[in-house]
Amino acid sequence: MTQNVSRRDFFKLSGGLAAGAGATVAGLAHAAADAAPNTSTTLPYPAKAVGKSGGMKVNVPVAFNYPDAASPCQAIKMGEAVPGGVGPNNDIVAYSILCTHLGCPTAYDANDRCFKCPCHFSIFDAEKSGQTVCGQAPTNLPRIVLGYDAKSDTVNAVAVDGLIYGRQANVL
Amino acid sequence: MANDRIALPPVNAEKTNMTCHFCIVGCGYHVYRWPENTEGGKAPQQNAMGLDFRKQLPPFATIASTTQQNTIVGKDGKRHTILIVPDKECVVNQGGGSIRGLRMASYMYAPGSMTNERLMNPRLFTGDQWLETDWNQALAIYAGVTKKILDNKGPREIAFDTFDHGGAGGGFENTWGTGKLMFSAIQTPLVRIHNRPSYNSECHATREMGIMELNNSYEDAEVADCIISIGNNPYETQTNYFLYHWLPNLQGSTVDKKKQWFKGEAAEAARFIFVDPRRTPTISICETVAKENVLHLDIQPGTDVALFNGLFTYVIEQGWVDKEFIAKRTKGFDEAAAANKMSLAECSQITGVSVAKLKQAAEWAYKPKAGGKMKRTMHAYEKGIIWGNDNYAIQSSLLDLVIATYNVGGRRGTGCVRMGGHQEGYTRPPHPTGEKLYNDQEIIAGKGMMYTAWGANPFQSTCNAENFRDAVLHRAEIVKAAMRKAHGASTAEMVDVIYDAVANKGALFVTAINLYPTTLAEAAHLLLPSTHPGEMNLTSMNGERRLRLSQKFMDAPGTAQPDCLIAAGIANTVKAMYEKEGNIKMAARFAGFDWKTEEDAFNDGFRRAGQPGAGPIDSQGDDTGHLATYALLRKAGNNGVQLPIKELKGDKLVGTEVLYTEKFGTDDGLAHFKASPWKGLLAPVQMEKDKYRFWINSGRVNEAWQTMYHDQYNPAMRARWPMAPVEINPADAAELGIANGDIVEIHNDYGSTYAMAYLTDDAKRNQVFMQFGHYNGVQGDVTTEAVDRNVIPYYKGTWANIRKVTSGEYKSTVSFKSRRYKA
Repeated sequence: MTQNVSRRDFFKLSGGLAAGAGATVAGLAHAAADAAPNTSTTLPYPAKAVGKSGGMKVNVPVAFNYPDAASPCQAIKMGEAVPGGVGPNNDIVAYSILCTHLGCPTAYDANDRCFKCPCHFSIFDAEKSGQTVCGQAPTNLPRIVLGYDAKSDTVNAVAVDGLIYGRQANVL
Repeated sequence: MANDRIALPPVNAEKTNMTCHFCIVGCGYHVYRWPENTEGGKAPQQNAMGLDFRKQLPPFATIASTTQQNTIVGKDGKRHTILIVPDKECVVNQGGGSIRGLRMASYMYAPGSMTNERLMNPRLFTGDQWLETDWNQALAIYAGVTKKILDNKGPREIAFDTFDHGGAGGGFENTWGTGKLMFSAIQTPLVRIHNRPSYNSECHATREMGIMELNNSYEDAEVADCIISIGNNPYETQTNYFLYHWLPNLQGSTVDKKKQWFKGEAAEAARFIFVDPRRTPTISICETVAKENVLHLDIQPGTDVALFNGLFTYVIEQGWVDKEFIAKRTKGFDEAAAANKMSLAECSQITGVSVAKLKQAAEWAYKPKAGGKMKRTMHAYEKGIIWGNDNYAIQSSLLDLVIATYNVGGRRGTGCVRMGGHQEGYTRPPHPTGEKLYNDQEIIAGKGMMYTAWGANPFQSTCNAENFRDAVLHRAEIVKAAMRKAHGASTAEMVDVIYDAVANKGALFVTAINLYPTTLAEAAHLLLPSTHPGEMNLTSMNGERRLRLSQKFMDAPGTAQPDCLIAAGIANTVKAMYEKEGNIKMAARFAGFDWKTEEDAFNDGFRRAGQPGAGPIDSQGDDTGHLATYALLRKAGNNGVQLPIKELKGDKLVGTEVLYTEKFGTDDGLAHFKASPWKGLLAPVQMEKDKYRFWINSGRVNEAWQTMYHDQYNPAMRARWPMAPVEINPADAAELGIANGDIVEIHNDYGSTYAMAYLTDDAKRNQVFMQFGHYNGVQGDVTTEAVDRNVIPYYKGTWANIRKVTSGEYKSTVSFKSRRYKA
């Protein structure tokens, strides 16, 4: 899939993976509200199951890799609806955990629900789409775009909003 | 451009040097530029960075984010992709990038991007609307009004508010061009500097004492036994200096270097002492890294003089001063010791810091090491002192302590330095009269007929800003009304109309020269478009006097010009007018601007200082600036050379790492102590303190530091900081019914301003901290007119009340999490 398509089109095209009766695709309205300059992509993102919503504990990160094994990510159920959140309560979000500054793995701090980088102290707000709270990271933490299939209670990773550290493109 | 991929530079991409535009640290970057629609491959031999992008790069491999890329368009219509990447070979940043420098590419002009608001051509306010015009008409009006005022009223009526620094909106080329126009050609004394209401040094006292404020190297911070950081928040405002030169010392990773440099001296990880009423993000980080080696002296606002006088007295009593150094290389010690004498008990009572903490600080910084060697303690200060309660007095007291303990004067690991804001880049003829006029008050009082804000916006950044803005808007409107009634006026007739308004009706003709219209456009009649590094070649020096050339790699938008060439255009237009009427004397005053390029301006100013026949030039390049040519600086790359230049060896410029190894900068070569007794708060500030509840501290925010002129158009920054935040203690907020994201009014006798509430436990009760210089919420509206003896304002000191205005929408989009890192 290398043709130039918008993210909205991309979801239509990849609907078989994330969509279906009862499916919601999170983050589209939110992305517009954030006035992100441009979120179009031409990359062939895979879809990958992150886990069952019912099996996730509030404020406890679930580790997974996306879009490939070399890209560590974490999903978190926040316990209340947050921007970009999916699931029955619109409260599940996920991020690449590599700091966008120099690529150190960030650590999730459950106390203030932020990802924090031990190398140069960037802080990213997990409840605000990975917004840089303070620090040297030039962009917010890349947000893993999630889909939710209500029938199977499955949360799926379907795309990435923002460039993962250390890559020319998110899909190698 | 997609936000999940970048284009890599092909191996044959052009590569040029760029020093970051923004803060004083001046990190080195490389600009890659290549034709659009081509890109390098992912294999290391296929891209100019030589990195293997076929797999995930490890941490620290490079930084190449989407903000570092852009597509630019030349005057010939050709499109190029650029990628601006930190330089690993640069000794300043060693491959690190700040959040600001990593956005440089985004700030370069590109049609359809955030920089669309750039001024492309001169704009003239016709009385009814803005009209885009050409340089001929713009200069005819500007030069015409200038000449008419000069001929009839004299130079004192021609006011300027201008940059005096390096980096973007500055540089040795541009300070010289503007300086030569203002001081040699026009010869006006009514000039202020972009961030303060007079034409003056921010480091007057220390210079009088023989110590220029940038006297060591960044490397000294790596080998100091102790660093005292005063009114200074370097994680946010000198990021890579802090991360790459301070922090390793606190972490203990420079102990081996210390042992190598200082044989036989005890060496361990550094101790850091912070003097700041506020618990800054820097302090939080340092406490996380090595809590046992960090001390925070959270003094009461404005009590710095008492602190340093107390410590000075205590170290004398303890015998921790260097008597031999004092005897050989200083004078005035006894007088200063007597005048500044203050017991630790009294010091504690005034500053609010316990005697135990004061003693601990003195021991860490000044108690001789095992074996009797003096500690190597570096003192670093910035706006907490510079914009503090009597700048001159604080610097005097601080330097007395520093000199007595031999912590300036050539010992490595010491130095008493300002941390700085912009890069530096000063080369100008001397001010024509040496007066320190309080320009804002002159303008408020109706003086001055013509006002040019050059790379400056006092509406957003001066003190007592509301009153100043009111006066300028009122006086500018009189010109606008006159222009409106001048139906069908030719350019020459319009000059007469403007002159009549300013000469006879109390009006003010306002010109802004800048990248963007800025909020000053509300008052302005003429806007002239200028350029920034990359669109021109530009030289600056950083906080360790490191001179670099940022190379031009793209055309400026429209007909925008470097400031030095705008100055030349003005001078040459006035000169032609005098020549036309046969006034040879005045034509000669405006001569010497026959520059074709910015390099001509560099050669005319920086490289002529100290040369035979040049006349007096105040230059940070000193008398050896002539050794630095553009060609040699291009070769010297992002490491450049530390001023003053000692010599040229082959094609390599050899610089100076540390000042005052033998003599200080006084006529007798001695460091001069200065008596500086504690005198309390400046009077206007004390009056506000007596009336109002909250101390309104102000300062900078990492993500938008020196970048707000671009960031007001940057969607990511508008999302993070849509309005100036004000940090407030949750208990104070609860009392006033204020929640995170609420819009509050801050008001006192001087004015009122608005800010976005940001609750934090790290704010003390009744002390708030507001972002300075924001376009949405101007902190200067509530500062007083209080200044020190050299007209340096006490921006940090004002008191006001706070009330909630509305809840607003910010709480749903802006993060209000703690900005202070804790593991």
